Amino acid sequence: MKKDYKFNQYYKSLNVFSIALILFSLIFLIFKGLNYGVDFKGGTLIEIRVETEKPDIEVLRSSFNKMNLGKISIKNFGSDNDFVVKFKRDELNDPEFIENLQRNLSQELTQDFSFRRVENVGPKVSSELLKAGVTAICLSLMAMLIYIWIRFEWQFSVGAIAALFHDVIITLGIFSALSLEINLSIVAAVLTIVGYSMNDTVVIYDRVRENLKKYSDIKIFDLTNLSINETLSRTIITSSTTLLALLSIFLFGGEILKGFSLAMILGVILGTYSSIFIANPLLVFFKVSQKTVLKEDN
Amino acid sequence: MVSSSNFLDLDLDKQKKIKLGLDLQGGSYLLLELDNEPVIKQKLQSKLLEIKDYFKKNKIKILSLKLDDKLIKLKVSKDDVEKISEIFSDKESTINPYYFQYKAHQLDVKINGDVFNLELSKYGIVLIKNASLDQAIEIVRKRVDEVGTNEPNILKRGNDRILLELPGLDNPDRIKSLLGKTADLAFRLESKSSNESFGTEKLKLIETGEELLLSKRVIISGDNLVDASPRMDSFNNETVVSFTLDRVGSKRFAQATKRNIGTRLAIVLDGQIISAPVIRDVIAGGSGQISGGFTFQSATDLALLLRSGALPAPLNIIEERTVGPDLGQDSINAGILSLIIGFLLVIGFMTFKYRIFGIIANFTLIINLILLISILTLLEATLTLPGIAGIILTVGMAVDANVLIFERIKEETSKEKNNLIAFDNGYSKSKITILDANITTIIAAIILFIFGSGPVKGFSITLCVGILTTLFSVFFIARLLTSIYVKINKNKEIIIK
Repeated sequence: MKKDYKFNQYYKSLNVFSIALILFSLIFLIFKGLNYGVDFKGGTLIEIRVETEKPDIEVLRSSFNKMNLGKISIKNFGSDNDFVVKFKRDELNDPEFIENLQRNLSQELTQDFSFRRVENVGPKVSSELLKAGVTAICLSLMAMLIYIWIRFEWQFSVGAIAALFHDVIITLGIFSALSLEINLSIVAAVLTIVGYSMNDTVVIYDRVRENLKKYSDIKIFDLTNLSINETLSRTIITSSTTLLALLSIFLFGGEILKGFSLAMILGVILGTYSSIFIANPLLVFFKVSQKTVLKEDN
Repeated sequence: MVSSSNFLDLDLDKQKKIKLGLDLQGGSYLLLELDNEPVIKQKLQSKLLEIKDYFKKNKIKILSLKLDDKLIKLKVSKDDVEKISEIFSDKESTINPYYFQYKAHQLDVKINGDVFNLELSKYGIVLIKNASLDQAIEIVRKRVDEVGTNEPNILKRGNDRILLELPGLDNPDRIKSLLGKTADLAFRLESKSSNESFGTEKLKLIETGEELLLSKRVIISGDNLVDASPRMDSFNNETVVSFTLDRVGSKRFAQATKRNIGTRLAIVLDGQIISAPVIRDVIAGGSGQISGGFTFQSATDLALLLRSGALPAPLNIIEERTVGPDLGQDSINAGILSLIIGFLLVIGFMTFKYRIFGIIANFTLIINLILLISILTLLEATLTLPGIAGIILTVGMAVDANVLIFERIKEETSKEKNNLIAFDNGYSKSKITILDANITTIIAAIILFIFGSGPVKGFSITLCVGILTTLFSVFFIARLLTSIYVKINKNKEIIIK
């Protein structure tokens, strides 16, 4: 069965939509900012399990507030019994800090509880981790740009990078809008999105290039549409299996992987969309023709 | 195929097990930073004396020599400037050693008229830091070993950091308190003069807060100790730390106690006096005991610290992550459950979509998974929770290569009547696309490996290895299977749904 959907009819309207999404994301990123976890902000995170039916978060909150830890944040984490408490602390050297905290808490709370996880990140380390994360993302974008430049012509390279920026900015924008936590695993997710989105774009671009060589009479506007259609079932199947795998992590992989899998799910959806509706219109915009790719062979 | 069966054998080999990360087996991760300021200051002090001796020996007159923060200022007479400048820049110089591996001197020299400004060079500092880190790692290892945690992992990070991984330890407080002490021990006498002067300093007694004026001269230090252990003193029913001194230490201790009967002897640890008993008699024989209102635990810890020796500089904890064993087990369970469900979903989807070729793709996927886990085991890579996520993601993305090929073959069969040629074309035409597409993911994964830390590194490893095993299984195993299938059915029409 030959597919012939008219994707190219939606290029313009969807581009406007994407630009609007990017602008909204940028507004959120600039004015609201990202909700950094202790990895990047520094401080202490404690995951507590309270061994009672339906523990009251307010009781826990007031117990922590009595300890003079400064501004604390406390949230339910996955199940009803698990909570994550976060607060700022610059000095990590007091070896008895956690022990004292545990003792104070046991005086306040009547229920049994346990610390399942404790993370302390000093200000120096957190700023280093943030720097490394940003560097890694920038470097991966640059590496992709260069790779595509080597493998294709510059028009393709710009198109692919624009699609990547689109995916990364909107994913981060959604994280900002929903105040979802940015930690080390989100950086890993963003980098994987970069790889995945690129992978998707490359497959379609490969077909565009092949078709450009094959047909001299089809305009790039229709040629991209043809190439998208020819690779469409692959695009859908791969996105589906990847999403199925990610959905499984999101639903069953535990609370720690929630943010990571959510970012990846957003990224895969955006990546699939952008490799069709961002990467291709840009080739039209740059008026890529048979000449563009034949030059490459000489 | 031979290699894959080898991998399978190894997978069954119980000796080599996949190593679980701290986030899965529970444990503590500590990043410690050595505060080298005091070490560098001390080094500069001794350099100052070294320069003084050197010039004296070589009969060159020094007009003034002083240490200004981290700058040594040396003033000489104008006639000597050229000669001294040569001494400092001589590659054979003993006073300003030249490091051939770095192509740099220990000291950077700036001449300002008749004043030499000497500063430790970048590599001068690096060498000091490296030496002090090496020493610190030894001490940390001894202290951690004495506590007896299971299979600790102690690694250098840069030139002033130590990474400590303590699997199975869900409360690192004891280790933290042991590593938080420099354990610089010194036995010093109370000064006879009543006012503070050069060569004395006032220190506090921990227990009472009483201040004592001590001579700066160290009679014996922690270096002179050969053993220390906690003991119950039966005489006044108190826990004490008993110690044994080496030969030099015993001799000095005997002499000092003999000469100073009636004076108080202060036992100073990290700038605080633990106790300061009055010397009643000569202590010969090279052993003694320290009392100071210890509990059995604190006496045990002090003995441990004294046995392991003093750190060259204070260690600061700059990052700590501890995962309890329950959470680790929960993570393993969740990881495995989501792997199984993800796997079943993908397999179901592929069978539904491609029927017989779906089954080939699924079989390839299983081989791929076995290969992936075997290679991770072989590499002794650490499996972390994000690492498991990487495996699941590999499952999702691995079918991509097969799908690319199947879709291509579908197109080829519509143009080419000969099945064998159509399949061959399908494979060869999609090869470049598959390589291109996978290299982009590998690039991202490698960058993540370089910049990522801890569990995230585990993710990048599984992702990288996953792509390689995917390519292998698709181009060798899936291709073999499809070609067998096509050969059997070469005259029938083959339909890829």
